Amino acid sequence: MTKSFRQIAFISALPFRSAAWWVFLFAGTARAKSPTNIFDPAGTPAHSIVGLSMLVFSVTAAIFLIVGGLLLYALLRFRHRPGDSPREPAQIYGSNQIELAWTIIPILIVVMLFLTTTRVIFITESIPKPARALDVTVIGHQFWWEYRYPGFGVVTANELHVPISDPANPRPTYLKMSSADVTHSFWVPRLAGKMDVIPNRVNTMWIDPQVPGIYLGQCAQYCGTQHAKMLLRVYAQSPEDFAAWIKQQQKPANQDFTGNPVAAEGQTVFLHNACINCHTVAGTVATGHFGPDLTHLASRDTLASGSIQNTPDNLRKWIDDPSSMKPGALMPPMHLNDHDLDAITAYLTTLH
Amino acid sequence: MADSTPVMEGIDHSLAVKRPRLEVIYEWITTVDHKKIGLMYVGYALLFLVIGGFEALLMRIQLAVPNNHFVSPEVFNRLFTMHGTTMVFFMGMPMLFGFGNYLVPLMIGARDMAFPRLNAFSFWISAFGGLLLYFSYFGGSGLYGAGSAPDVGWFAYAPLTAKAFSPGHSTDYWTLAVFLSGIGSIGTALNIVTTIICMRCKGMKMSRLPLLVWLYLVMSSMVFIAVGPLTAAQIMLTLDRYVGSHFFDTQAGGSAVLWMHYFWIFGHPEVYILVLPAFAFINEIVPVFSRKAIFGYPAMVAASIAIGFISLSVWAHHMFTVGLGPAGNTFFVFATMVISVPTGIKIFNWLATIWGGSIHFAVPMMFCIGFLFQFLIAGLTGIMLSVAPFDWQLSASYFVVAHFHYVLVGAIVFALFGAFYYWYPKVTGRMMSETLGKWHFWLFLIGFHLTFDFMHVPGLLGMPRRIYTYEAGRGWEGWNLIVSIGAIFQVAGIACFVFNLVRSYFRGKIADHDPWDAWTLEWATSSPPPSYNFAIEPTVHSRRPLWDLKHPEDPDSDYE
Repeated sequence: MTKSFRQIAFISALPFRSAAWWVFLFAGTARAKSPTNIFDPAGTPAHSIVGLSMLVFSVTAAIFLIVGGLLLYALLRFRHRPGDSPREPAQIYGSNQIELAWTIIPILIVVMLFLTTTRVIFITESIPKPARALDVTVIGHQFWWEYRYPGFGVVTANELHVPISDPANPRPTYLKMSSADVTHSFWVPRLAGKMDVIPNRVNTMWIDPQVPGIYLGQCAQYCGTQHAKMLLRVYAQSPEDFAAWIKQQQKPANQDFTGNPVAAEGQTVFLHNACINCHTVAGTVATGHFGPDLTHLASRDTLASGSIQNTPDNLRKWIDDPSSMKPGALMPPMHLNDHDLDAITAYLTTLH
Repeated sequence: MADSTPVMEGIDHSLAVKRPRLEVIYEWITTVDHKKIGLMYVGYALLFLVIGGFEALLMRIQLAVPNNHFVSPEVFNRLFTMHGTTMVFFMGMPMLFGFGNYLVPLMIGARDMAFPRLNAFSFWISAFGGLLLYFSYFGGSGLYGAGSAPDVGWFAYAPLTAKAFSPGHSTDYWTLAVFLSGIGSIGTALNIVTTIICMRCKGMKMSRLPLLVWLYLVMSSMVFIAVGPLTAAQIMLTLDRYVGSHFFDTQAGGSAVLWMHYFWIFGHPEVYILVLPAFAFINEIVPVFSRKAIFGYPAMVAASIAIGFISLSVWAHHMFTVGLGPAGNTFFVFATMVISVPTGIKIFNWLATIWGGSIHFAVPMMFCIGFLFQFLIAGLTGIMLSVAPFDWQLSASYFVVAHFHYVLVGAIVFALFGAFYYWYPKVTGRMMSETLGKWHFWLFLIGFHLTFDFMHVPGLLGMPRRIYTYEAGRGWEGWNLIVSIGAIFQVAGIACFVFNLVRSYFRGKIADHDPWDAWTLEWATSSPPPSYNFAIEPTVHSRRPLWDLKHPEDPDSDYE
């Protein structure tokens, strides 16, 4: 290889690869199969962000092509060649007109971007709340989510149920958020951007999923050992399904153990152990608030903030030693014998 | 290139006496010479670069595949806390101060810094801070246990740092280490500002300062303003933890958001404190290897000062998701976007400097070209992040991690490597190997792009930062594997670099005092420069004193 060829190879490799990769990355992302893809929006806030982001991508891509292209051209055109005269090139110290041009043009771009951004900020943050909106209180805990439905007297954990919102007749869900301990962040990428959940402060955001389904997300602000397994699940349901869910959640906990003596014994074990200090089971003496409400535990798909499936096996393992499944979880191992473990598991699986 | 530059003095090396090793060590520990202190800063920072890099490598092994059990969550959380703290406070700052210490007096024709003893104090106090941080691995839980390092993240958001959530002493080691590093930084910044204002040689008017010196002036002035709030916040946090005050104690009415403001009013200027010296290196290296004067010197100075000022009013763009409300968000969107204007001016001026030049692709210049493209991309992803609604999706995701590593590694570390290759002959009197340098460049470039280009994607697919593991099925796994593979190339590149650094010291080609045919004053004295730098105080008549000497028929002083 000649020296000159090597130089060209060097110069060309950099920007070409950068540009090609860039296009590839974003094109790849847009089509990627991911339940948390921000470019696959399912609600108004996430939609308006995708719209804005496309504008920003186009502007930045244009800047990259122009400036990167000029840079590449300059490197190729003005490289030192072996036969060049040993004299120094002409020394040019600057030009006020040119400086002015590349100050004013970026300012115009900035103003355009700024005004567009401002519009989306105000649309998202200052839109008046419709009267039909559903209110939910979100409380972040190390390392799980508590959801309260003040209008319905429902308390649940980790799986947020909301009705879908018809764009013609919107019924968004307004989330009033605070934290019981440290700062967390509520992020379900397909529905909306994230909002921090901060102790001693109330933040609000709204979501309006338009298609029924489960939308995934997770805590986005580092909150301690198990930040990674503080997952979010939003169940968007048709108005009828949502109403049925609310009705079922409003009931007190199951107390009918006919034909299931193990569960009846499990209830006794549960109510005579430290479980009740941290957990609530509505209608019993268990009224603790430190851990998730268990009144309808068996109606949930997952345990440990979405990190494991809610099966009797997993539930038993969890009660035996939570840290074996989620190291750093704040629930202590209860040191129960096998008999009591079976009984408690049987009891908890009746809490539909 | 002109091959004979007038040397301002000759040094008779035969007078040097070989001394016992103990005496040499004693001299280094007690030295107040700006060059020796600068080198100690750089050596110390290199040590922490390797340590911090090793931590990053462990994290990448853990994240390469989903549900990995390579390290425990506790260890992982310590790793990212230590990696961030180390790289910002004990790698970035000392490294850049080291270069500043070494170069600023030489470039303004001074014989030392304004306060040599303060200089030594600042170095040793910062060095002690780094040792204290790492001692936490042994003493973090207190005197009774094996100990542990801090695990609160490098920006240590309240109230995770409160006694209730962070028992033991690990957070205290973090607090004190950052506090000490802050004291050292303020000392050195004060020194650099005073030196630049008071110690310039004859004829070195402010309008003739090399751009490197201007940037160090702006950077050091920013240190005064930015580091103060951080240091104050560390004191408040310690009072919260030990005296029962409630600045950040949310259980007693304190404010978590207050900590964020304190931290980021330091944290964002800090980014510019780190990147301005990188600009400084580019400003010196690009003209020399393009064989042209820098284009638009006054605009470059104005842009640097503008960046300095504007960067003090953009901090809350780290807090778009805190719920500041539309008015607050809008203000910080504007301030953040505006800073792209002076930054753009810099890129355009570098482009214009190259334009019409005669570009020599030596290793320092290759790293600068890497810088130019990568900094351009980093700036453009920065614009994406400045758009607050977009940031609501991107903040605290791997997209942000990729963006700021593009700035810190793609721009700053590349510029730094360029600076190493460029000034090594001045410091040691020997050239670094070009062949090894090219291996270093290509390996590191490939590793960098594999890691940090592909790291953007999991962020766009909803992957938050600081998670020790993730489940399969979210579309993140393949990307994370590529990112981790890139880390291996980076390690190989760094290994080439360190080997080159050591080997060239003993076996490198002997360099004369001006191997690059450059134009600033440091190249006028011998390599390595003697104590007190210049036997006779130099006199300058333009921004490029050595150009004037080499081209008496067409000196710069005619045009300024």
